[in-house]
Amino acid sequence: MSVASQAKGQNQEILRVEKLNKSFGTNHVLKDATLTLRKGELKVLIGPSGGGKSTLLQCMNFLIPPDSGRIWLDGVEILGHKKRELYAYRQQVGMIFQDFNLFDHLSALGNVRIALTRVRGMSRKDATDRAMAELDRVGLAAKAGLYPAQLSGGQKQRVSIARALAMDPKVLLLDEPTSALDPELIGEVLAVVKDLATAGMTMIMATHQITFSAQLASEFVFMEQGAIIEHDSPAALLAPGACTRTKAFCAKINELTGEPV
Amino acid sequence: MNFEKALRAIIDSLPYMLGGVWVTVGLIVGALALGFVLGVPLAVIQVYGRTLARRLVVLYVWLFRGVPILVLIFLFYFGILPHLGLDSAFLAGVIVLGLTSAAYQSQIFRGAIQSLPAGQLKAARALGMTDTQAISCIVLPQALRLSIPGWSNEFSILLKDSALVMVISVQEIMARTRSVAGRTHEPVAMALFAGVLFFILTWIGLRLLRGLERRVRIKGYSQEGSV
Repeated sequence: MSVASQAKGQNQEILRVEKLNKSFGTNHVLKDATLTLRKGELKVLIGPSGGGKSTLLQCMNFLIPPDSGRIWLDGVEILGHKKRELYAYRQQVGMIFQDFNLFDHLSALGNVRIALTRVRGMSRKDATDRAMAELDRVGLAAKAGLYPAQLSGGQKQRVSIARALAMDPKVLLLDEPTSALDPELIGEVLAVVKDLATAGMTMIMATHQITFSAQLASEFVFMEQGAIIEHDSPAALLAPGACTRTKAFCAKINELTGEPV
Repeated sequence: MNFEKALRAIIDSLPYMLGGVWVTVGLIVGALALGFVLGVPLAVIQVYGRTLARRLVVLYVWLFRGVPILVLIFLFYFGILPHLGLDSAFLAGVIVLGLTSAAYQSQIFRGAIQSLPAGQLKAARALGMTDTQAISCIVLPQALRLSIPGWSNEFSILLKDSALVMVISVQEIMARTRSVAGRTHEPVAMALFAGVLFFILTWIGLRLLRGLERRVRIKGYSQEGSV
């Protein structure tokens, strides 16, 4: 019997990755990354750009196939080379991208609806109802008919969150969801992330929004040069007197943005 | 040139020449349709296919762009198609023009596919779409829109190349022009008349394509692109 099925409630393992490795040519960009996401928790990936955060997230749903390592969802190991299994797995693992990646030829509603009709096989009417409910949840029901080119960055990212949520994912991977946004638009996306965290969505998010994530994250995972070098609660890593790489990094970011650690 | 005699030749041959216009329209519609039906999968394979399939597409494109249409017409009409039990010159014309157009169209579509941001394909995969679903629901609807300006070039070039099938006696505009010119001894007047007919056909086709381009334009995009 797997560890996951023994555990209950808050401690239930949703997604576990073990010793993920990825190289591009001679560039070893992901080194033995191991982590576990438990039900309802938010883990935050931080670290310098090029540290492997994005590669780790994309390996977690095989958008970038890892060279080695193992992945379990709900205690069931996922083998990336089996196509059917992979498509079913990706439906349960939502992904949010830094540059939104909305489908430009579809309205906000169409963006949220298309996977419901094409992948889930829902009727157009049911899919429309569901898509509208998700757009409402991110506060964009009134913009359902607009196309990506007619939306602001923050609105685009909220549509992409609605698009992922409509698939009822068990876990959400967020790859720097606010990095492409103006400072004024970051807040509206972070508010949605906060609502999701409060509602108990299991998430892992790469971000440079240290102050925001320190309040919500169950754990900070610090990555540098492709490896996870520190992971603990934000309080422990940022404690006064703590001598951690995470703290030094956060101090540098906050020095730039003028926020205290 | 006797102006009155020339005009007489044109007017007398009008119904006959208009019959030729319909043959040309049939040729070009058939060839463009065949080229489209083959060109889209060729482009998709060249972008997303496995190495061997990609190489075969490259070979196909290289062959049909490299060999003159005239050579292909003789090759297919006298060499290949009779073995398949096809002896219609019109059909041979449609097939040769269509296969050639497929090679050119595939490169128009390939360019459009590769100009799309790769992130959209990633997002489609992340939602659990198969590659076939992602290509048909996300990539092609956008790539085909972007292809319309290049495709209207292909249309106007193929329309005029279609005159080459007169060498196997398909009774399209140029074949009829030549026979009327021979009969009436008015080659210049008839050549001008044929030119006007081709010009009008090109103009109508380009107008239709421009209208299509406007009708399917994605909201939020202007003539100059994304706002």
